[in-house]
Amino acid sequence: MTQRDYSMTGPDSAWAVQTGLAAADWYHTDLPRKTMKDLMKRTNGPAIRDTAILFASMIVLAGFGIVLWPTLWSVPFWLGYGVLYGSAMDSRWHECGHGTAFKTRSYNDWLYQIASFCMMRNPHTWRWSHARHHTDTVIVGRDPEVVLMRPPALARVIANFFGLVDAWTAIGRMLTNATGRLTPDEADFVPRPEQPKVIRVARIWVAIYATVIAMAFALNSILPLMLIGLPRLYGAWHHVMTGVLQHGGLAENVTDHRLNSRTVLMNPISRFIYWNMNYHVEHHMFPMVPYHRLPQLHEAIKHDLPAPNRSIPEAFAEMWPALVRQLRDEDHFIKRTLPDTAKPYRADLHATVPVGVPAE
Amino acid sequence: MPWIDACATDEIEQEDLVRFDHDGRTFAIYHSPDGDFFCTDGLCTHEQVHLADGLVMDYEIECPKHNATFDYRTGEAKRAPACVNLATYPTKVDGGRVLVEV
Ligand code: FES
Repeated sequence: MTQRDYSMTGPDSAWAVQTGLAAADWYHTDLPRKTMKDLMKRTNGPAIRDTAILFASMIVLAGFGIVLWPTLWSVPFWLGYGVLYGSAMDSRWHECGHGTAFKTRSYNDWLYQIASFCMMRNPHTWRWSHARHHTDTVIVGRDPEVVLMRPPALARVIANFFGLVDAWTAIGRMLTNATGRLTPDEADFVPRPEQPKVIRVARIWVAIYATVIAMAFALNSILPLMLIGLPRLYGAWHHVMTGVLQHGGLAENVTDHRLNSRTVLMNPISRFIYWNMNYHVEHHMFPMVPYHRLPQLHEAIKHDLPAPNRSIPEAFAEMWPALVRQLRDEDHFIKRTLPDTAKPYRADLHATVPVGVPAE
Repeated sequence: MPWIDACATDEIEQEDLVRFDHDGRTFAIYHSPDGDFFCTDGLCTHEQVHLADGLVMDYEIECPKHNATFDYRTGEAKRAPACVNLATYPTKVDGGRVLVEV
């Protein structure tokens, strides 16, 4: 059984660089340039519509929550507001970080800053960590965004359904950054000229949270924190539920997203909250395609991909047993079958996956 | 430096680019929305990915890997994660061919 070290500065990181797994060439499904150009095309319309719906819903839900506070009648409104704040903002952070949601760059940047604040992710640090996640997706020691390490820390994942570990870590990082320092992992992937920006944002956020906490004390009520801060905890469950499905139980240290990413068909509400990131193989293969064109991209390349899971419960039913088995067998993973129309997985692209030996 | 014949003008759609390899090096040649041609290094300065698979919007090329953008007229890096500018090269059109001085 292989012991893994997921830190950015450990032996697995050095091994990935030595063996050429880091910054490698990845498998892509062939698509005509004309089709790709059409799919990559940017527009403002869909994201303006979705952002208007998002913010209008948040205002209405928070309004009812405040009016009905502190009765139990306010609970459903806070639950709705919380999911939009603590989960929908995760996908907005993601898509605007790629710069693909809107055609106009300033709109992307504006929503990115708001979403980063809601998710407690420093917009500068996370831009770099996410770039690394795309270069070295689920390469051990290189990808700083691996959620389900092996053996999987299931207690941590469950705690994160309420944002507990993530928010705790984020607060620690924010305070560290606000004192003018970066953690060693952050220093590894954030280029030096960008580091002062990390520190500046952390200081602004500390000032905002201090103001909200002061208001809570002044009003002798947690209501201000129900609006800002706490929804990161009580609304996190949806983004964790969808996030663990992205790569959970699948291969590590491979250079074919069909082996390490999962596409899951979902209901329209979850797709609105998740901004279509359920098409995750497609997104990783072609990150230039905006969220609103991913269904069409899926249609264009599905002949070359493993069949998607047909629902969230079906995806969990596939993933969960693999995670449980990884508790005692870290080398276990799910290797999904390709349709006859697909190009086969290439043995020479995968250093550690025993291609041809299907995992159960 | 001699002018090198890179491609025919009609090989590149307007607001698009092609890859051009020459002498062991790789370049990108752009056809701008108003009909001019430009040439830059072909690899993104972030992680050396071919820009030819990227997206041209107005006067910017967006890298297909992490969506960094560059102004292809000047090579200026406009959006993280690229921090280093792209090298640019003179171009001219002669008899329906795009020539580059690389
Ligand atoms: S390789 Fe071009 S943005 Fe990263």
